[in-house]
Amino acid sequence: MNLTYFLFFICIVICTLIITYWAAMRSVTTNIYYTAAGSLTGFQNGMAIAGDFISAASFLGIVGTIALSGYDGFLYSIGFLVSYLVVLFLVAEPVHRLGKYSLGDVICSRFPGNTMRLIMAIGAFSISIFYMIPQLVASGFLLRLLLDIDYSISVFVIGSLMTIYVMFGGMIATSWVQIVKTIVLMSGTFLLSLIVLSNYNWNVAAIVTDVKENSPLGEYFFHAGHLFESPLELLSLQLALVLGTAGLPHILIRLFTVKNTFEVRRSLLSATWIIGIFYVMTLILGLGTIAFIGYETLISADPTGNLAAPLLARAVGGDFLLAFISAVAFTTIVAVVAGLVISATTAFSYDIYHHMIKRGKSTEREQLLAARWTALVVGILSTIFALRLETMNVTFLVSMTFIVAASSIFPILVLTIYWKRFNRLGVISGMLSGLFASMLLLLIGPHIMHPEGLIQREAIISLYNPGIIAIPIGFIGAVLGTLLSRRQSASEISYEDFYKQAQTGVQSRSDAS
Amino acid sequence: MNTQPITVEKDNKESIDFVKVEESKEFKSFMKSKKKFIVPWTIFFLIFYFTLPILTSYTTFLNSSFFGDISWVWVFAIAQFVMTWVLCTLYVRKANRFDEMAEDIIDEQIKGGNS
Repeated sequence: MNLTYFLFFICIVICTLIITYWAAMRSVTTNIYYTAAGSLTGFQNGMAIAGDFISAASFLGIVGTIALSGYDGFLYSIGFLVSYLVVLFLVAEPVHRLGKYSLGDVICSRFPGNTMRLIMAIGAFSISIFYMIPQLVASGFLLRLLLDIDYSISVFVIGSLMTIYVMFGGMIATSWVQIVKTIVLMSGTFLLSLIVLSNYNWNVAAIVTDVKENSPLGEYFFHAGHLFESPLELLSLQLALVLGTAGLPHILIRLFTVKNTFEVRRSLLSATWIIGIFYVMTLILGLGTIAFIGYETLISADPTGNLAAPLLARAVGGDFLLAFISAVAFTTIVAVVAGLVISATTAFSYDIYHHMIKRGKSTEREQLLAARWTALVVGILSTIFALRLETMNVTFLVSMTFIVAASSIFPILVLTIYWKRFNRLGVISGMLSGLFASMLLLLIGPHIMHPEGLIQREAIISLYNPGIIAIPIGFIGAVLGTLLSRRQSASEISYEDFYKQAQTGVQSRSDAS
Repeated sequence: MNTQPITVEKDNKESIDFVKVEESKEFKSFMKSKKKFIVPWTIFFLIFYFTLPILTSYTTFLNSSFFGDISWVWVFAIAQFVMTWVLCTLYVRKANRFDEMAEDIIDEQIKGGNS
């Protein structure tokens, strides 16, 4: 590793540790630790949401997929972006109004009780871990490719950093690391896009001509239908992408970090603009990669195309720019995994420890201590898992997370907020059927059942993206559970009160009426 | 299941008569104007979004040229971005009005509850 790389990395590590130190000084109450006491502005939170959402898989993977498959690589970007309309229109404001620190709060404001909290905590915890492990594994490979440092050292460094941020700095540190990441990522991609365009004298037609020449797809590069042969596969993926974001706990808990619904909307508006502009730039980078360095070079460096952006950086800006883009990728990874650690931590220390084990009676001090210990344990365990999974290709788990989220947490949130008849059994059956269906479909699908895969036989279900089956099962499970059980007893919180609170923010009085 | 008394955390505001809120004209017109925006636009963006993969899967006419080598499929794809930005901005503008209406409803009920 040469000095330029080293300086960039040290700079980022020191910068984020200073943020963490500053945040740790302030994280003295649970409210601050879990939600930064709602102190972020809408724009800050929008940047943090973008930082939480855009993973290294998005940054490197999408540039690579566009470079290799043309239009079809762009499909992911469209799904990721449009999914924010689902969040904004259907779940954002009710979630903010009903919840305090966790998604468990949201469900419990309609169905109070530990079982409901446990169900939601299990969903949020497992989805966060499920998403974190492949991110860590991918980051290990990425740093090895980029910097030539050992896989285990890379995973260890990233695992330790994310643990330190969350353990000491809580939500404040997580948010500001994510904000810094967004600034670095956006300026890095912007710079790279400008260099690419200026190299072509701002002549897009020239880029297009070069792309056609260099890609084996030729003029078909700009046509649809290279990545997905079966229409069902494509529709299934698009369905999971558009509904998944509204079920991702690490994104949804960010809605608690602003003070009112006005700022919630500002957050999502800013996030949508930032994420959208980012994906437009990845398009330029994807085309630029194929135009500049060609298909063969890209494939021979890494057959998945993940090195597209770094290779492009080296081609247009030499080692210095490559070092910068590698540092951007590194920041991208730590910001996303930190968001996942705090999401898993909240689900355990607040929902399970505070509300269930301590029956809501633990003191602020005990809660903070529990949260810090949880963050430490979550961080260490995930790092150990990631270290042991070195030989396995787990990157498909990233897109699987969207399917799991869209078929478990999303149906329950939507039905809780909007369906009058929905009840406790519906919550339980919905969450369980969504989780199990998506896991089972993954297990019997071609990612795992493959003549050369983990289970060596032909897949039972041929879909790589089983969302189109799993998501309806989640909804049907929730609806059937509701219809098959008795109507709610009179002692329940009435739906009218709940609905009003969700829509206007009128605080419910439990002993009203 | 849960036998504990239900305690909902809240900043003990005034007592509010919820049945009244639910039945009040203000709340109804508030929900009506909110739904008038959200329901049609949600249906619209979902249809618009799924039309793209459906058209690319089952037809090929989007692959015809829009301008030089750029086919219509790119125009539709970029239109999805524009749609997201426009709808988002529209909603954020509109929703400030919803917030005002919600505030009015809460204020009115608090006053009403005290009298």
